[in-house]
Amino acid sequence: MHIPVLHFFPPASARTHEVCGPSAYGFACALAARLGGQTLWVREAWDAVQLNPNGFSDFIDPATLTICDTKDQKDALAVAEEALRSNAVTLVVIALSQPIGLTAGRRLQLAARDGKATGLAIIPEGMGSNAAETRWRCSPAFDAKDSTLQTWELIKNKSGTLGVWHVRWDTTAHRLIMVSPAGN
Amino acid sequence: MFDGIQRRIVSLWFPRLATDRVLRQRLIDAPFVLTLKQKNANRIYCLNPDAARKGLYRGMSCADARAFCPSLQSASADPAKDKQFLLILRRWATRYCPWVGIEGEDGLVLDITGSAHLWGDEPAMIVDMRRRLAHAGVCVQIGVGDTRGAGWALAHYGEGTAQQGDMLGALAPLPVAALRLSDDISVALHRLGLRTIGDLAAAPRAPLTRRFGPGLLLRLDQALGNQSEEITPLAEPPHYGVRMTLPEPIGLLSDVTAGTERLLVQLCAKLKAQEMGARMLCVTLRRVDMGEQQVELRLAQPLRDAKRILPLFERGLSEVEAGFGIDQLRLEATQVEPLPAQQISHVSGRANDKLDDLISRLGARIGLENIKRFLPADSHIPERSFIVAPAAYSDPQSGWSNANLRPLCLFPPEPIAAHGPRPPSQFRWRRMPLTTGRATGPERIAPEWWLSDENWRSGLRDYWRVETKQGRRLWLFYTPQNPGWFVQGEFA
Repeated sequence: MHIPVLHFFPPASARTHEVCGPSAYGFACALAARLGGQTLWVREAWDAVQLNPNGFSDFIDPATLTICDTKDQKDALAVAEEALRSNAVTLVVIALSQPIGLTAGRRLQLAARDGKATGLAIIPEGMGSNAAETRWRCSPAFDAKDSTLQTWELIKNKSGTLGVWHVRWDTTAHRLIMVSPAGN
Repeated sequence: MFDGIQRRIVSLWFPRLATDRVLRQRLIDAPFVLTLKQKNANRIYCLNPDAARKGLYRGMSCADARAFCPSLQSASADPAKDKQFLLILRRWATRYCPWVGIEGEDGLVLDITGSAHLWGDEPAMIVDMRRRLAHAGVCVQIGVGDTRGAGWALAHYGEGTAQQGDMLGALAPLPVAALRLSDDISVALHRLGLRTIGDLAAAPRAPLTRRFGPGLLLRLDQALGNQSEEITPLAEPPHYGVRMTLPEPIGLLSDVTAGTERLLVQLCAKLKAQEMGARMLCVTLRRVDMGEQQVELRLAQPLRDAKRILPLFERGLSEVEAGFGIDQLRLEATQVEPLPAQQISHVSGRANDKLDDLISRLGARIGLENIKRFLPADSHIPERSFIVAPAAYSDPQSGWSNANLRPLCLFPPEPIAAHGPRPPSQFRWRRMPLTTGRATGPERIAPEWWLSDENWRSGLRDYWRVETKQGRRLWLFYTPQNPGWFVQGEFA
């Protein structure tokens, strides 16, 4: 069977990216599934939102995910940098609550390059760092028939063009499928 | 080896070991008992002489004891700590002879053959033991004999010393129970009229064996010295610590690292010999001005591979303040776990070693308990259908079922204004006006009555998957027994 290659996904490896919007967690899970291997999810301990392994087991095996609860964002950044550099994980997801400076963003970028791992920062809307390679805004979209349809907007891209795609996650094929917007 | 030399055995019995241990720490001048839950009731486990004088006894229920003696003070017993205390006493007893074994739960047995003369003579040694134990506040009864059985009998039934070679003479007046017999055998012997050891020794052997089996006469022969009985001394627990003293103080990070590496290699060889792995390590660096600094390392998995442990020390060692120089390094594995040798095979993946090392390094920064992983759990309650466990102390497990569609993230239920058992067509959530486009459900989940959970007090829940026209896909539930609508999760 011919599997169409999505030219926009996954975004460049050995770089850090940013994602915002209501479906940011979905984007992170889809990216983890696409990259395979071990994922480290760094978050601050106060965060009441609980990742549900029964929910993301459609994307990745929960055994491959490790969670780090940190005291504050400074610790979270330090942990993410060390993990990116360690060459032990393929994806480091870091949930940020405050904007990070250029230095912190650049440090993550360098760590990702050294460790050949992909970094993904989940950021609140409008709080991106200039050092990020790409920035995505992901939101779910309503569709009469499809209940996994999402809109992914590439709102910043250091090496390429921007774009908007409608995608859905195919649970059985375990991959991302691009849906033509005309179909709606 | 000891041909021609008569063995001498000292048996120490600590009749009130448990209360003595507690009373050593806080002096109580009143009836005092330790209680333990036995046979469905709190019963007296051990008691002090004051309490015994009031007529209390072991195994008495605690409620009765309080009725007898209103001024009774009590605490709960801790048999594990008592055992620990007995091991400490055993270690202390090696000051008298090297051959010390444990006798039951509250006794020691010492083979003092050839070591009594170091204290003058045997009575002087016993006096010294009594003096020291009385000083430590431990009540003791001491029996001395040629055999372990005789020592035990004399310690438990009428303290005393049996003259060398005359066990029967010393033991003859003691009751048969002094032969370490079970209760039913000693009662049966009483019924036969054999009340003392002397009676038993004089009785014909064959009918006794026919009636009671070989165990009875074995005990008699062991006590009288006709059968040998061994004392098993406990081995000293291995100590996982190494140290190095330097002729000249060092201060460079590379030197300290090199020193630590040498110690690690020695320690790992020790660990390997015992098939153990270190879980927590501690390097103590002593400076020339006698200041001490410690670097602790907690590992995500038991390890004994110096090459892997050393890089993990890097961060801790770099923070050490060397001052005028460091002249002693001490490395100790403060927590060890069994780590049996494993067959190397091409099947077992070594990929997770890297992750474990990463977890160790991150754990040194944010605490090992803050690095977690998900384990499956058997429950229909969404928030209990998984366990969040520290990654260092759990193995990844499979067995996730995704029979029912579940949201990607869960949050504490957030109430929304709505009525009726059907999902509302319009509602506000987090200040967003939302319109229901499609609702799937309900899926009824009942609370687990065998676990009391505050959040589930409102009873049954009917879960609905609501896809809004605005895009958001939410997990709503309705509580029919306590009408109300809540949002608990969001799908991808």
